[in-house]
Amino acid sequence: MPDYDVCDLPGIVARWGNDPANLVQILRNVQESCGTIPSDTLDRLARLLDVPRVRIEATASFYSFFHAESHGAYEILFSDNVIDRMAGKAELKQYLCERLWLEPRKLSEDGLVFVDDTADIGLADQAPAMLINGFAVPSLDKSRIDLVAELIRARKPLAEWPPMLFEIPDNIRKAGPLAGEPFTPGSALKAALARGAEATLAEVDASNLRGRGGAGFKTATKWASCRKAEGEAHYVVCNADEGEPGTFKDRVLLNSYADLVFEGMAVCARVIGARQGFLYLRGEYRNLLEKLEGVLARRRAAGLLGKNILGEPGFDFDIEIHLGAGAYICGEESALIESLEGKPGKPRNRPPYPDTCGYRNQPTVVNNVETFACAARIAERGGAGFAALGTPQSAGSKLISVSGDCRRPGIYEVPFGVSVRQILIDCGAEDAHAVQVSGPSGTCISFREFDRRIAFEDLPTAGAFMVFSRSRDMFEVARNFTHFFAHESCGFCTPCRVGTSLLRNTMDKLAAGKGSAYDMNEMKHIMHILRGMAHCGLGHTAANPVVQTMEKFPDAYEKRLKRLDFEPAFDLDGALATARLITGRDDEWAHLADD
Amino acid sequence: MTKLKVATCSLAGCFGCHMSLLDIDEKLFDLVQAVEFDRSPITDIKHCGPCDIGIVEGGVCNAENVHVLKEFRRNCRILVAIGACAITGGIPAMRNNVDLWDCFQEVYHYGIGLENGQIPNDPELPLPFDKVHPINEVVRIDYFLPGCPPPADAIWKFLTDLAAGREPKLDYDMLHYD
Repeated sequence: MPDYDVCDLPGIVARWGNDPANLVQILRNVQESCGTIPSDTLDRLARLLDVPRVRIEATASFYSFFHAESHGAYEILFSDNVIDRMAGKAELKQYLCERLWLEPRKLSEDGLVFVDDTADIGLADQAPAMLINGFAVPSLDKSRIDLVAELIRARKPLAEWPPMLFEIPDNIRKAGPLAGEPFTPGSALKAALARGAEATLAEVDASNLRGRGGAGFKTATKWASCRKAEGEAHYVVCNADEGEPGTFKDRVLLNSYADLVFEGMAVCARVIGARQGFLYLRGEYRNLLEKLEGVLARRRAAGLLGKNILGEPGFDFDIEIHLGAGAYICGEESALIESLEGKPGKPRNRPPYPDTCGYRNQPTVVNNVETFACAARIAERGGAGFAALGTPQSAGSKLISVSGDCRRPGIYEVPFGVSVRQILIDCGAEDAHAVQVSGPSGTCISFREFDRRIAFEDLPTAGAFMVFSRSRDMFEVARNFTHFFAHESCGFCTPCRVGTSLLRNTMDKLAAGKGSAYDMNEMKHIMHILRGMAHCGLGHTAANPVVQTMEKFPDAYEKRLKRLDFEPAFDLDGALATARLITGRDDEWAHLADD
Repeated sequence: MTKLKVATCSLAGCFGCHMSLLDIDEKLFDLVQAVEFDRSPITDIKHCGPCDIGIVEGGVCNAENVHVLKEFRRNCRILVAIGACAITGGIPAMRNNVDLWDCFQEVYHYGIGLENGQIPNDPELPLPFDKVHPINEVVRIDYFLPGCPPPADAIWKFLTDLAAGREPKLDYDMLHYD
């Protein structure tokens, strides 16, 4: 639990070095200790940090976990990925609301509880799941909801709740060189120091390691470019903003393999000459914070972080953990850097890329959690062994986060090049009909394509692998994803801000049975605009789920079309109801008939 | 040569797009050689018959707008949404953030200088929707001509392309406003 006083604003600000660049962290602490970020707090923060109020407000209003109005003593957010829905999230949410006599999105009459939805919280293998005051509770069922309702009614502080509610097993079903073999903290750093920075970079190069966040940029190229770049300081940033619905491998890595990740960051620091590193941990993984701080403290005590690491004079490096606040877009590396600098997480123009102009406009390496873990293994054992596994273009192993309609959801470490069919056999998904690879922004494949392979040259992935059986409605899957993107669009560029909302509205129209062929064409049109005009990857890929399911599961759409030509976007007569009520009219002209 | 029949109307708009149409100045003489106006504020014809082109300015804010729009769709071979309000709802759609009750109360009960204000209920008055909508949410639209208003040259180019049977094509500078 936090170690600062309730609403001790100067204390919180001082704890973060009076630095406006730490604004997101300051706001997080305020939110956590006060339950809200009231308007007068923004004024006080502006004075304390000596920045304009609008800067504070821009950041405070951007992140969905920050709010000015009270959400009571217990804020409950249900994870709303399609996997949670399939596991009965809607019924459980309603059940909880009934038990507590309240409505969703409305603070209870006694000001005690607030219940709402949030985007996927990284527990798809243990769905449905929820956050209570930011702490994750997995594997919900009626008995657990009963328990939660009782604890709330008894007004028990969260710290006194039974710990078993918050227990999150790793569910590692298949381990390989990354997750399956022991690691001695310090071994990778010792090998890197013995080898020297250049030779270590050469090993990373020889390993053919490519970024595990999904894009697959060659790690050694990024590191070499950052090492070469001139600047006042170099930085290492670990992207643990694992927001892609269906992905949860970084949670497992950080829970049980944090040493591997931090060591990979330190190896990178040695190669590029950085003294400061950041772990940007998504807010949904708040429950890992104390544990990770403990690992960092242990590593400092062991001489693996801090000054003169492992006795090497001048090798100083330390890591600070920054928490996100519920913004998917911060997984985009330049948006993440903006967030680290205390700003709204809006992607920057690229180029310049972070390797030359990143955190505080200095050369910065931003890599995924899994990439750093791989880098530690490569530093420890050399690159050749790593490159031997997988395919020529996709070296090594990959952690796959399997969820949905299968008997054994969890983490599967597989060599690159493995077929989708093989993973489906491993996880017990005999009835699989479709798989969403790499989350909503990735690729939806149908049962006809199960021989395709997990590899950068075929199906690149950050790790999500959501399985859908024959009984699932792929239209509803895509509709869930359009809601996700409309919510997560940062609003910076019009094509994405408007395009994602139009897609969501059109899918809702179809869901209401009011669709027409015109709407189908409109959605294809919007896709072209998003692909061609959006500012960043979120917009470029936001239409993928719709376009791909339209192509691969046309029946799911066609059965929803009311007519081929055109159907109004809203209920014409219904939209007059309010005015009829106000004016007391019910004449012929106060109604609109269907054609 | 048979003249093209054109109908125009303004729904929840400001007539600015019609003003921009008139702004084609001396080209109006060429225009009337090529087209004949049916229902339009220019002719004051109240209902339109079969037309080649229908031009609609403004969004849909009330029940009457829907009747007009559907009449246009039924009669016009090509229906064009002209200007920001028709395409997105525009300025009138700013009321979408205000509750309709509050709108009525402000206008008929609390407005400055009002005494014993009453909310009118005459059937002749068009009944407002709770929100203002772009016209493509009510009927199928064939072309969108953006701008607030679209420049006279853009309107001229657009109409002459259509009249000549060409697919209308506007250069970037006719669509670019900063």
